[in-house]
Amino acid sequence: MLSSMEKSIAELRETFKNGGTKSISWRKSQLKALLQLINQNEDSIFKALDQDLGKSPVESYRDEVGVLKKSVTYTLSCLEKWVAPKKAEVPLLFFPAKAEVMPQPLGVVLIFSSWNFPFTLALDPLIGAISAGNTVLLKPSDLAPACMSFLVETIPKYLDNKAVKVLAGGADIGERLLQLKWDKIFFTGSPRVGRLVMAAAAKHLTPVTLELGGKSPAIVDTLSTTPSKAKVTAKRIVGGKWGPCTGQACIAIDYVLVEEKLASTLIELLKKTIKRFYGENIKSLKNISRIVNKHQFQRLVNLLKDPNVADSIVYGGSVDEEKLVIEPTILLDPPLDSEIMSEEIFGPLLPIITLKNIEESINFINSKSNPLVIYAFTEDDTFKKRILSETSSGTVTFNDSMVQFLCDSLPFGGVGQSGFGRYHGKYSFDTFSHEKSIMHRGFYPEIEPRYPPWTDFKLLFLKLAYQFDYFGLILLLLGFKRS
Amino acid sequence: MASEVEKKAVFDIDSAKEVVQELRASFVAGKTKDYEWRRTQLKAMLKMMDENEPQIVAALRDDLSKPELESSIYEIAMLKNSCKLALKKMKHWMMPEKAKTSLATFPSSAEIVSEPLGVVLVISAWNYPFLLSLDPVIGAIAAGNAIVLKPSEISPATASLLAKLVANYMDSSCIKVVEGAVPETTALLEQKWDKIMYTGNGRIARIVMAAAAKHLTPVVLELGGKCPVIVDSGINLQVATRRIIAGKWGCNNGQACISPDYIITTKDYAVELVDSFKCELELFYGKNPLESKDLSRVVNSNHFARLLKLLDEDKVSSKIVYGGERDKSNLKIAPTVLLDVPQDSLIMNEEIFGPLLPIITIDKVEDSFDLITSGTKPLAAYMFTNNKKLKEKFVEKVSAGGLVINDTTIHLAEPTLPFGGVGDSGMGAYHGKFSFDTFSHKKAVLYRSFAGDAPLRYPPYTNGKLRLLKALLGGSILGIIRALMGWSKA
Repeated sequence: MLSSMEKSIAELRETFKNGGTKSISWRKSQLKALLQLINQNEDSIFKALDQDLGKSPVESYRDEVGVLKKSVTYTLSCLEKWVAPKKAEVPLLFFPAKAEVMPQPLGVVLIFSSWNFPFTLALDPLIGAISAGNTVLLKPSDLAPACMSFLVETIPKYLDNKAVKVLAGGADIGERLLQLKWDKIFFTGSPRVGRLVMAAAAKHLTPVTLELGGKSPAIVDTLSTTPSKAKVTAKRIVGGKWGPCTGQACIAIDYVLVEEKLASTLIELLKKTIKRFYGENIKSLKNISRIVNKHQFQRLVNLLKDPNVADSIVYGGSVDEEKLVIEPTILLDPPLDSEIMSEEIFGPLLPIITLKNIEESINFINSKSNPLVIYAFTEDDTFKKRILSETSSGTVTFNDSMVQFLCDSLPFGGVGQSGFGRYHGKYSFDTFSHEKSIMHRGFYPEIEPRYPPWTDFKLLFLKLAYQFDYFGLILLLLGFKRS
Repeated sequence: MASEVEKKAVFDIDSAKEVVQELRASFVAGKTKDYEWRRTQLKAMLKMMDENEPQIVAALRDDLSKPELESSIYEIAMLKNSCKLALKKMKHWMMPEKAKTSLATFPSSAEIVSEPLGVVLVISAWNYPFLLSLDPVIGAIAAGNAIVLKPSEISPATASLLAKLVANYMDSSCIKVVEGAVPETTALLEQKWDKIMYTGNGRIARIVMAAAAKHLTPVVLELGGKCPVIVDSGINLQVATRRIIAGKWGCNNGQACISPDYIITTKDYAVELVDSFKCELELFYGKNPLESKDLSRVVNSNHFARLLKLLDEDKVSSKIVYGGERDKSNLKIAPTVLLDVPQDSLIMNEEIFGPLLPIITIDKVEDSFDLITSGTKPLAAYMFTNNKKLKEKFVEKVSAGGLVINDTTIHLAEPTLPFGGVGDSGMGAYHGKFSFDTFSHKKAVLYRSFAGDAPLRYPPYTNGKLRLLKALLGGSILGIIRALMGWSKA
């Protein structure tokens, strides 16, 4: 296994060195092939996602297939523009000169993807890496085994095997891959493993992008507006919690912050919406994913074990160990020092924390590490400004949940413990590129004062030159300035 | 109070913790975010330079025997420019950038907001100790951060001067200088920073990045490498030679990360090139370059010994065609040119960072590209040629932080170009707006309204919804209409 891994990587390096991935036509053909792969295998993809996570086709299309198609199409339409060098302004002093910044591929890149969106989180970075002209080794998560198998079997049928490889396996394979030298590592996962990835990358000075997580809060300030807005708020919260992989998403709403006096209104609205979307109880649960495996199931069940936490459940709480299902559960004010309020939940449990005044939500959020997203349902412009300037997160979304993921023009990434680096749209291309500065000079004219032996005249000349004081320079040259 | 911690006899982990705590409190209180604060700090820095130029030049002379012109221009003038640019453009840089939204999220508006990262650590180098300390600090201030600057102990006079001046001119509750060597740097690296910027060598860079990994701290590493110069025939040889000399010995006597490290030229052209060097070097530095006041010295005896080891290696010492003289007591080595050193010599396998210039010869100019790409990616690469095709090939094939055609090092002075490395020469970039960006978090913001809540987002999931969803994500209005009319397949 080890030697075949090293052989694969050597081949990727050879392909890159020989310029196999440089041409725009190669990159476009690979992207088109990827689009074909998705179009021609939609049913198999739906099947694999159902098998691994119990995702319904609509959820799978909305969060995985559709997102990827959109991403490839967008990249194909913009690639020529992105690849073109960008002119940079040059001051008169250097005339005649031309300066530009040219993007170049980094080389051989390693992509680690996560199990919760096994297609999106594997293939979206892959789109970026290919569009930027790199060769790629993709290591999907083995915690979504059907999806991983699909990728291992299907990608070689559509993409250039010498340039794009998929490796199956678990944590041990991941560790071995990290020992080797890469030109970039792109990692989606937990902060704990993020540290290990960065520490391994440090040995080779490999740049990394870490897409991690955190507790993404939803601040709710719109319940006392019109009933229709309150209903939409509830729908968007429910959709933003249990919609994506039953809460197992880095951008899922982790917990809600609301004013005390509005808590019961919110809970009633949420209950109604949950029943309408997902069914009356755990027996009739539908339109929702399941928990990925026993380990995660147990972890989530344990969060509810604390009697003080269990006491705070106001809806749901039933579990089905055999089917790996936990019904949508709402908790009201669990203890703030409980695990459910200090760890990223990554599951279908929604704590609602009440505050005397909604403005306190800012301090509350700042007491925890920077999340990937802050959701805020509010129409108060002053409050919006405060949230923007007084909190720090990867993204802020007002009056909705999840949809920022669909914006190709917004950088998607974290800050602080939620990660660093970003992608989506052109940011994907940039994250797998090196922006090379290029300056073209002519041999004439020559600026003599650049060269020793140094004199006071030369010193004054250069001082004026560096200030771009062209008038002063003329005076100096005409003898009107003393050195 | 401000410099209490620095005055302590030992700067240990606890001292480092205290410093970070103090800066974090200042940051959380919003001091550094305020636009006026940033302006005042940058103006104070300008004043600091205006009022202390002779002292700065003196410190650089102490540490490096740096000629006054190099200090005035390459350290002070460049820094002043950087400061002035930040003052002029900062308001504009701080403004949110509008982002386009698509049909998929209609109706919505989006923007990207720059916010400071928080408390940042800048570790600088000894060769341009003033510039490489304060240039990153300018970016960090402009972006609204609190800062610890750790200057290099190998340039102690400048480090002390920086500590004194920064404490006197700038807001010590938000910007601190910590002097020291390995123990102090280690103590600092144990702390949690929001960003670390390190300028120096690859060995220490690995240690910095590994320490940063523990806290998931993003890093900028400005390293080095062997910056090659390809010299083609059919050029203005005199101008080319002078520009190479200016970039090599004119930049701290070759001790600069973007100094030409070695030259590649054709066997046919080598003799002419060597003669040109001999001629111009003598014009610049005289017959006794060891006495020239226009050359920095080698920084210390460690580096002096290191360079002599490169020069005196058996297979190399016979290749000297100019120079080679040394003055141990004054730590001076004369500008030295070597011809046809073997590829496996020490001098061709580590970054020289000194006044020795090997010339490697090849049969055809095109062979130089493979030679360069067989090594690690350097911070800069240079080529002198009038051949358009060769220029294109050079730009296409050579991967380096930055490239210059028909000159050397000058891209450093161009604030519209990102300055940074790739591969072994580093990661991240700065200068001009890139400095501001490197010390900022670019926060994505999406504004949605309550109107237009498509039921197709929510369960129950039906085939009809699937059709609509496909059309919506596909972005075509016609597709959406067809889906709504039930005319498209699920």
